[in-house]
Amino acid sequence: MSVESIPIPASRKQRPADAPVWQVRVGTRLSRVAAVAGIALIVALAALPAIASRNLIQDLIFVFTMLTLAQLWNVLAGWGGLISVGQQAFVGLGAYALFAGIVMAGLDPVAAIPLAGLFAALIAAVLGPLLFRLEGPYFAIGSWVAAEALRLICAQFKSLGGGTGMSILPGELSQMVGLKAVQALLGLRPAAARDVLVYWLALLLAVLITLGIYAFMRSHHGLALAASRDNAAAARSVGVRTARTRHVLWIAVAFATGMVGAVVYLQKARISPDAAFSVTDWTAYVIFIVVIGGVRTIEGPMVGVLLLWGLVTYLAQYGSLYLVVLGTLAILIMLFMPNGVWGAAARRWQLQLFPTRRRLGRSESGRMPF
Amino acid sequence: MSGFDTIIEGVLLGGVYALFALGLSLIFGIMRLVNLAHGDLILLAAYLVLSATTALGLPLAAASLLVVIAMFVLGFVLQRLVLERVLGNDILPPLLVTFGLSIVIQNGLLLGYGADSRRLQAGAFESSSVALAPGLSVGLAPLTALVTAVAAVALLQLIFYRTSLGRAFRATADNPEIAQLMGINERNVYAIAVGLSLAVSVIAAVVLGIRASFDPSIGPARLLYAFEAVIIGGLGSLWGTLAGGIVLGLAQAIGGRINPEWQILAGHLAFLTVLMVRPRGLFPARRT
Repeated sequence: MSVESIPIPASRKQRPADAPVWQVRVGTRLSRVAAVAGIALIVALAALPAIASRNLIQDLIFVFTMLTLAQLWNVLAGWGGLISVGQQAFVGLGAYALFAGIVMAGLDPVAAIPLAGLFAALIAAVLGPLLFRLEGPYFAIGSWVAAEALRLICAQFKSLGGGTGMSILPGELSQMVGLKAVQALLGLRPAAARDVLVYWLALLLAVLITLGIYAFMRSHHGLALAASRDNAAAARSVGVRTARTRHVLWIAVAFATGMVGAVVYLQKARISPDAAFSVTDWTAYVIFIVVIGGVRTIEGPMVGVLLLWGLVTYLAQYGSLYLVVLGTLAILIMLFMPNGVWGAAARRWQLQLFPTRRRLGRSESGRMPF
Repeated sequence: MSGFDTIIEGVLLGGVYALFALGLSLIFGIMRLVNLAHGDLILLAAYLVLSATTALGLPLAAASLLVVIAMFVLGFVLQRLVLERVLGNDILPPLLVTFGLSIVIQNGLLLGYGADSRRLQAGAFESSSVALAPGLSVGLAPLTALVTAVAAVALLQLIFYRTSLGRAFRATADNPEIAQLMGINERNVYAIAVGLSLAVSVIAAVVLGIRASFDPSIGPARLLYAFEAVIIGGLGSLWGTLAGGIVLGLAQAIGGRINPEWQILAGHLAFLTVLMVRPRGLFPARRT
């Protein structure tokens, strides 16, 4: 996470040798500490399967995939203003594309994951122009309708199990790329080794997508996106191509969401239209994570997913009660703490681990800003 | 006659969808709020009517009237205590709050009533039919649903264009600030609108409960049908919404006739087709 500093060119030429210079900064001292800690955490998580139980690995697969989905929804809805309630469409499409790739085309599961993402992106590219005709809040329900239509279409494919779904036999996954190596490395049986492989894939996706979103939000494209959301007319007047920005974002998010769906269902090895296109599992939880953690921050979904994981341990056995509690919590947070838990904490203690805001500061001339 | 049967079935189904859609259309028109909990609120009303008939032993009509009052009060309170706080220029908070509400109501109903299918008992009414022509008879219940939908649209039109409340609705929808300057209490207008929306939803709920069995999980699908009817019909027109409901009902009936698995899908595809060909709907309001 490098420091972005943009000296204002005009002042550079005329300024006396020791005059202060105004500079636009994004990074903070804390964010650089966080970067180092973050790298250490990722290394530790990558090494974790050497000592962790299979249960913990499976829990963490859940945490990483939900975190990734939450980051993706956050950039789409929070920053981009495309409030989709239909992201389960792309989880489901990715999952079905993975199963089709393995069962019908005999592809290697790991190689099928990016293809699953591409398939989701392709469908998003087709649906996008249609759904963008619905303005603001109507886009939300429109995306939901599209997801339902896709669920019903997937249920028509008898070779993929129709409405009841299907399983992949362990034998079909035993030749998966890297599986033998993981078995040999950690001395695990194939099923446990598959979990570890999926764990690494999920971790990789979570890290890449989080950093990708962060880099995007710090770039001028991110600024253009936020401007399109806040005032489309004003953004267009300064040369932002708002429609194209949103369309590209929608397709990119679908691509990544499709890959996450493929990873989730590679671990489950069983698919059905109702589960893969579940609005509760792939959109409601995701929205609750973002709302509780804090919309429009990179840290929010991280806090949210940890809270969700904590609550799962105590409440998941109660099923619907768990969702009632989560939903009520999300409503209360929206009413009384609209920036979420992280947003409130960040404001109170001036914390920014992943700063995206550009601040103007003086720096002494000749000295590089830290 | 089977083709004709399908058309009749579709038109009657459309009446039900129009009833689902009226409440949604109403509050969107007045306060630009899309209520993602609309379908689940219809289900809540259906369960309340069920409880009033079974636990209190009231006849269906009395139970419905009681629930109409209860849902109006609920809507009023919901707007004043919850929705009012999040309405504003940012469309994200109200959407998220109503989405949260949808999940809470759906799972709350599951906790309270269980996942079993229920039905409202309307006695002989639900199975009787009237003969429209020799060899063509129509179920009394679906026919009543369509007539109710037409009556509800007419009544809402009357409220909108012939009463001072309707004037307040239209004025607030056009420009809340200026409406306030003219002495309209904006907060009350909004709260009455939400209350009215939920009261209308009770009619939809009763029709739903007599026609078919229901369980807590079907709320979101009702929201989607309602939404499709509104968009197919064209924003800003209640008669358009009725027509949109009928188009949706026809699409589902025809799709279901070809293959029972395609019934719902055909409705969704009809919606997407309308969005592609006529994005402003089939019968948009003249006023933009």
